[in-house]
Amino acid sequence: MASSNPRGRCVIAGIGHTAFGKLGRSTVSLAVEASRKALEDAGVDKDTVDAVLVKTPTSARDFMFGQKLSEAIGLQPKVSFAADQGGAANMTLINHAVLAIEAGQCEVALIAYSDNPRSGSRAVYSRPRGDDAAYGYFSTAASYAMIQRRHMIEFGTTPETLGAIAVACRKHGAANPNAQLRKPLTLEGYMASPFLAEPMRRDDACLVSDGGAALVVMSARRARELGVAAPVPILGFGEGQTSWEVHLRPSLTTTQAKASAAQAFAMAGLAPSDIDVAQIYDCFTITALMTLEDYGFCKPGQGAGFVADGRIELGGDLPINTAGGLLSETGMPGMQLTLEAVRQLRGTSSSQVNNVRHALVSNQGGTMHTHATLILGG
Amino acid sequence: MATMRGPIDITDLNQPYWDALAEGRLTFQRCRKCENAWLPPRNECPRCLEADWAWQDAGGAARVVSWIVYHTAHDETFKDRVPYNVAIVELDEGPRMITNIVGVPNERIEPDAKVRFVPEQRGELTVACFAPA
Repeated sequence: MASSNPRGRCVIAGIGHTAFGKLGRSTVSLAVEASRKALEDAGVDKDTVDAVLVKTPTSARDFMFGQKLSEAIGLQPKVSFAADQGGAANMTLINHAVLAIEAGQCEVALIAYSDNPRSGSRAVYSRPRGDDAAYGYFSTAASYAMIQRRHMIEFGTTPETLGAIAVACRKHGAANPNAQLRKPLTLEGYMASPFLAEPMRRDDACLVSDGGAALVVMSARRARELGVAAPVPILGFGEGQTSWEVHLRPSLTTTQAKASAAQAFAMAGLAPSDIDVAQIYDCFTITALMTLEDYGFCKPGQGAGFVADGRIELGGDLPINTAGGLLSETGMPGMQLTLEAVRQLRGTSSSQVNNVRHALVSNQGGTMHTHATLILGG
Repeated sequence: MATMRGPIDITDLNQPYWDALAEGRLTFQRCRKCENAWLPPRNECPRCLEADWAWQDAGGAARVVSWIVYHTAHDETFKDRVPYNVAIVELDEGPRMITNIVGVPNERIEPDAKVRFVPEQRGELTVACFAPA
């Protein structure tokens, strides 16, 4: 990395979220509540905010959502835009907030996400896949199931391996009072769950949730000036876009998550072995498994051994998704994973790992079309 | 002006593909500049970005890359077909496509199995299915 490496120069100063579940509220209302809580957590006045960055709601698509939110919180920020990357967007926005702060374009960025597919429409998740609807190809889950099948073909991946991921996330979610689904899952229960699109089971799939989350990013210097109580430094970030539709990709079992993680680790000056706790995007269990492989936590096809015997549960070698992840805490795309990494570094998680120095987060969207990585720590 | 044929939005670009299928031929696009072959239809070659291409008949041989089995239907049209498969196949010429594997029970579909193009009439649309070779 050149001397322009932004490692540690910006921080996450505050985090906030709404309840998760069936809320029946507008996306703007949810985003305002999360933003208010994030600003309160940072201990800063809303008038310090000069950037408002948003991910467009997935199910309730909206035009110029950043501007709607800015109006609702009474701000006229310098920088404001929405990112269109599905579930990677909430993290990409953090990365680009850091770059804008480093470039002097803004000083304090509020990043917010909200959606209401549980009380509103979830049609986006079961939509026809273009002209391929002529073959009965429908739903988001189906394209992930195509990847899952190929992973099983190439590496002999078993349902037990994917089930271990679901069991771990559900165990951590059960301990999280804010989680939408607090019922633990056994491997037997996982194996008995019905197919969504065989070989993918219902319990491989994330929740559908209403909710909002927000966080505040600023320079470490500004955080000191403003007296932020518990700033968490941003050590590294990266992005990688696989872009192509699943069936057109040369390989179904690896993605540009690999490039994204390599960039983040290089910026942070860290390796996978330095990570104490990881929040791995788990829209489906296969996503988490492949991310662990692409990130270098284990070799391709060796995820089975890595996730077995409680190694990814609290007390294991690399606890993942300690608030429950998308499978248990909330199905919202991604920002809650970053919030949990912040809690781990502050020592306030409901499944707290001992002596956390480095926490990693992955976000991804589409059908592994987009990817972003974040490394936080002291 | 686009017209619908079954669920397909027929355009100037994709009409030759669906018309060929109606005649029992599976076609793909081949770039005249760089020889790249692709599906689904697009206006420019995704390798060299030129718009100088032609439709070409596929030989019909392909390989099963992946497949899934639906036990519930997302659409009325497929309600009486469950459990049905949707598969990814790779044509010998290179392009990959979404299809249905026919002529074999779902539980006997094999990874990387050799399959062969079979046109199948569904309402007013002919689709490209594949059966064991």
